[in-house]
Amino acid sequence: MHEVNQDRSNLAIYHHQKQIDWGKIIAIAVAIVYLGLVLLIPAINVFFQAFRKGIAPFLHNLAEPAFLHAVTLTVIVAAIVIPINTVFGLCAAWAIARDKIPGRTLITSVIDLPFSVSPVVAGLAIVLLYGRNGWFASILDFANIKVIFALPGIVIATLFITLPFVARSVIPVLEETGADQEEAAKTLGATDWQIFWRVTLPNIRWGLLYGLILTNARAMGEFGAVAVVSGNIIRKTQTLPLFVEEAYKQYQTQAAFSAAVLLSCLGVVTLVLKEILERKTKIEDLR
Amino acid sequence: MKHISWPWRITFGYMTIMLLLPIAALLLSASTKGFAEFWRIATSPIAIAAYDVTFITALLAAGLNGIFGTLIAWVLVRYEFPFKRIVDATIDLPFALPTAVAGLSLATVYSENGWIGSLLAPLGIKIAFTRLGVWVAMLFISLPFVVRTLQPVLREIEPEIEECAWCLGASKSQTFWRVLLPQMISPILIGVALGFSRAVGEYGSIVIVASNIPFKDLIAPVLVFQRLEQYDYYGATVIGTVLLVVSLLILLAINLLQTWGRRYA
Repeated sequence: MHEVNQDRSNLAIYHHQKQIDWGKIIAIAVAIVYLGLVLLIPAINVFFQAFRKGIAPFLHNLAEPAFLHAVTLTVIVAAIVIPINTVFGLCAAWAIARDKIPGRTLITSVIDLPFSVSPVVAGLAIVLLYGRNGWFASILDFANIKVIFALPGIVIATLFITLPFVARSVIPVLEETGADQEEAAKTLGATDWQIFWRVTLPNIRWGLLYGLILTNARAMGEFGAVAVVSGNIIRKTQTLPLFVEEAYKQYQTQAAFSAAVLLSCLGVVTLVLKEILERKTKIEDLR
Repeated sequence: MKHISWPWRITFGYMTIMLLLPIAALLLSASTKGFAEFWRIATSPIAIAAYDVTFITALLAAGLNGIFGTLIAWVLVRYEFPFKRIVDATIDLPFALPTAVAGLSLATVYSENGWIGSLLAPLGIKIAFTRLGVWVAMLFISLPFVVRTLQPVLREIEPEIEECAWCLGASKSQTFWRVLLPQMISPILIGVALGFSRAVGEYGSIVIVASNIPFKDLIAPVLVFQRLEQYDYYGATVIGTVLLVVSLLILLAINLLQTWGRRYA
């Protein structure tokens, strides 16, 4: 009797597994087809279109002065934005994780605002502050500084958009490691500066790097906010994403895709580094 | 008052200048001409049509990603298959790929002679430069949110709970609907809300993939941009304020969902 039961349950498990297998295969197939249609085919298409006529026209497009200027400007903007937002992000992360004051959940939500505000609205708000009729117009006129339709405007817009990334990546790491080591260093007579460089920074290095990579990807790829404040003046305030749109609108599809390949490579490198760092830090995804 | 440390001072100062000041400028500029004028522009036919395209399409995109995102998260957590790690990593593509590139590529792939668009053209379905194109771009941009909010929750659910339900005589579908789904529902809704919020604010990919014609496929962020280009700062500010208020409301809804989800767990 016992054996029969055993056989029956084995049979049941066998049938059960067979059923699950079909469900599993269909589920995986549907998931991959959906990802293919929405994500993968468009991504592969970028490379296909850029190299459709071989590598020569691609290289030719990369030598265009307007393109080279766009690359330079994009790199300059990222080079200004990343250090500023890193310093802020570290301060904010340290303050939120270590120096607990009332209302810090609210402050964390405010830091997240750039994630939910539309980039165009962010750009518009910056125009209202620094534009010709903006709040600071008279001061800026007096100092003869042009912000909107110039480099400072692009930098401010990019600062706004990338503000949360470093803080958001470092906070969980700081909370995980705890303050014990820092307190130990303090009792041993280290100054705050020494504690930061020798204890805190080494502890959070992977989390910080993760934040830097996300900041960089967004800074170089930002379109909406920069489009509003830059005026899109070729060879002056045109960043790489703006160049892509402009070239496409002017029916220079080849040039658009050549530039898009460069930005896609940035995206792929970002994904790979992100994957590596996530394994090192085990941070859950931001969003 | 207690002494406030330097990191807090820098944080407060920087946040005030970079975040709060621009938002204050937007809200105050919107209120300069009185409520009646604000309301007139905010509810003008062209604006209403733009909200319709923006919010309804974003809802449809976030909703579909709610369904497929749940499936993808389930497949990635529960099943083993070749290239799983690569598939998992590509989910983040919309975060890493600049939106201009996404728009450019979607406009090509889904155009009448593109890889996918050419298959649909004989059926009379046009995607690029129509409202469907807006929808596809929103699908692209909001795809990761449900997957990434649901994945950690699914990983936490112990298989013992399901086995328990089976042992107690529940069928497979009962186990799913009564045991698994109640735990998944809050992260799914949060993911949908995050995706919706992202889709509503999206500009870069949509401006390229759509034709941006009013009453057809013009979205609210593009309307803001067009108003600015016409030097109609007040018109831009009004529509921008509506968008800002909507995104703040979604943010509030997400926070409430998170509190509700924690209470359930």
